Order: sequence, then structure tokens, then C-alpha cells
Amino acid sequence: MKVWLVLFLGGILTYLTRLSFVYLFGLWEMPLWLQKSLRYVPPAVLSALIAPELFIRSGQFLISFENMKLLAGIVAIITAIFTKSMFWTISSGVLFMLISDILTKYL
Amino acid sequence: MGISLKVQGSLYAFLEGVRDETPLLFAVVPFGVIYGITALEAGLTKLQAQLMSCMIFGGSSQFAASKLFAEAAPWSVIVLTVAIINLRHLLYSASVAPYLQELSFGWKALLAYLLTDEAYAVTINHYQKQQEHSYGHLYFLGAGIALWISWQLSTAVGITLGKMLPPKWPLDFFLPLTFIAILVPTLKSHSSVIVALVAGVSSLLLYELPYKLGPIAAALIGIMSGFVLEARRRRP
Repeated sequence: MKVWLVLFLGGILTYLTRLSFVYLFGLWEMPLWLQKSLRYVPPAVLSALIAPELFIRSGQFLISFENMKLLAGIVAIITAIFTKSMFWTISSGVLFMLISDILTKYL
Repeated sequence: MGISLKVQGSLYAFLEGVRDETPLLFAVVPFGVIYGITALEAGLTKLQAQLMSCMIFGGSSQFAASKLFAEAAPWSVIVLTVAIINLRHLLYSASVAPYLQELSFGWKALLAYLLTDEAYAVTINHYQKQQEHSYGHLYFLGAGIALWISWQLSTAVGITLGKMLPPKWPLDFFLPLTFIAILVPTLKSHSSVIVALVAGVSSLLLYELPYKLGPIAAALIGIMSGFVLEARRRRP
């Protein structure tokens, strides 16, 4: 039930933002401050979702070489900056995890 | 003669839209596949995972929703998160609006549904380059439908693959890496980097907030910091 509610409401709200100005054109001009702020929505939301995934391990804030997920994330960020490729960004992080997993097991 | 010319022009514009959208599909299809896998892993049924791609039709918000479903966040927080991530479409809507004014409501309603990041990018470029816009909506339709079909099919592939993967697929490794792959290309200016840092640090500080509200509260703080940066810049 909860999932359907999210799909329905999330779908409607998303659709309304897409239809908004296409439908209301001429009735309301978007103020400049809103235009500028909207440009920051994707970096803000994505970064807010990523940070806890990387830095918090089982409820604890952890910056150390034992936090493999953080290291894999850093590898992926560096790869993203240099390659600008989604494929290599994700692959580099996964490869890093796999290799470090094998190394810690067998060394 | 007049009618056949019109059909020809329409078809040509439509196919042009499909053609120009095609390079972007190479980036979209892997995301769709990973989304399908992720959504199943987060506990959605096959049908729910596929219908999310139809009803919300917005990649990053679908990933965020899957993550929150996996963490058993309340429905209201998930809806709020989806709505905020997709707020950026207001910009796209305002930007294409002047070109769509001559169209019927049906066309506006249809094209609004297809107004995603990728369809917008290609279409606005087309509108700005062309002097003559009588077939512009068909170009938009071509780009939008090409993307829609790719997104639905790649979701379906992901759902099929997800059923075959071992049950201990490490979703919690894939999701942050996917978000990083979406985030880094949005960091085009110094201020967007600052906004991302403020949002990230706030998200760590607000981690303990109830109902998984931390990330979305942190995102709002980040957006506000961007607004403050803009306000300061404009001052002499």
C-alpha cells in the first residue's frame, strides 16, 4: 500500500512540476532567485544522499582506511572527474571493492 | 500535396528528435538496468518497480525512493524527497514553455510528461538553433519517446536480471557509486561544489534526525546556501 501511495503522489507531483510553466505560461514569471536556487537542487540532494552512505558505518562516523566504502567512493569521485564516464565511475568503485576484498582475505 | 508535405515534415522532425536523443541513450540504459535491480533489492515487486519508471519517470528520484524504501522510511518522507529532487523540472518547464504556446492542451500535457533532463537537453538546443518551429513539438516527441522506451525497456531488463542475481547482491555498494556518477557531472561551478559540500556535511550532522528526514533537510540547507552565494554575488 505504502509503495503505491508513493508512486501515485510522487508521480503526480513530478508531473505537475513538468507541466507547471508549460501550462501557466504568461500568468506567472519565475523570479530570478528561484531560477538560481533550482539549479542547486541536484548537487545538494545527491550529495546529501551520498555522504552518510560513505562516512557512516553501522551508525558510527568512520574516517579510516578500514572504511572501504569511503575509499571506494573517493576512487569513484576521482574517476568521475577524470573520465566523465558513468560506466567507469561505477566500475572503478566496484573494482576497488573487489580487489581490496580479495587482498584483505588472502594477504 | 499540401497534406503529404506536412506528414513528411512531421515524420522528419520526429525522426530527427529520435536521432539526436540516441547518443544520450547510451548513458541512460545502464542507469535503467541498475535501477531495476536496485528497486527489487529494495523490496519492491516487479510490477511496482516497472510502474515507478512509468509514473515518476525520473532516474535520480527513483534511485532515492528505492534507497528510502530499503531503509523503511515513512511514505511522506519518500514523497517529499521525490518531489524535491524533481523540482528542477520547473526550470525546464519554464524554459520550453514559450515554444509550446501554440499547441493544444493535449500536446502540452503529453510533452510535459516526456520532459526529462535528457529530452529537455536535446529539445531546447533544437528550439534555440531553429528559426522555424512548426514541427518543433514533433522533434520533442521523438526525443521524449526514444528516451521513454529506453527507460522502460532498461528497467525491465534490470528487473529480469535482478531476479537472477544472488540474494546477497551488495546494493549498499552500488547505490552510492551510482549517485556519485550522477552527482559529479552536476558540479559545473565553484558554487555548486560549495553547495554539495554544505549539503554533504549537513547530512552527516543531521544523520540522527527521525523518520530519515536528515538527507532532505540537509539538501534544503545546501540549496539555501547556494541562494545565499547568489545573493552575495549580485551585491556590488
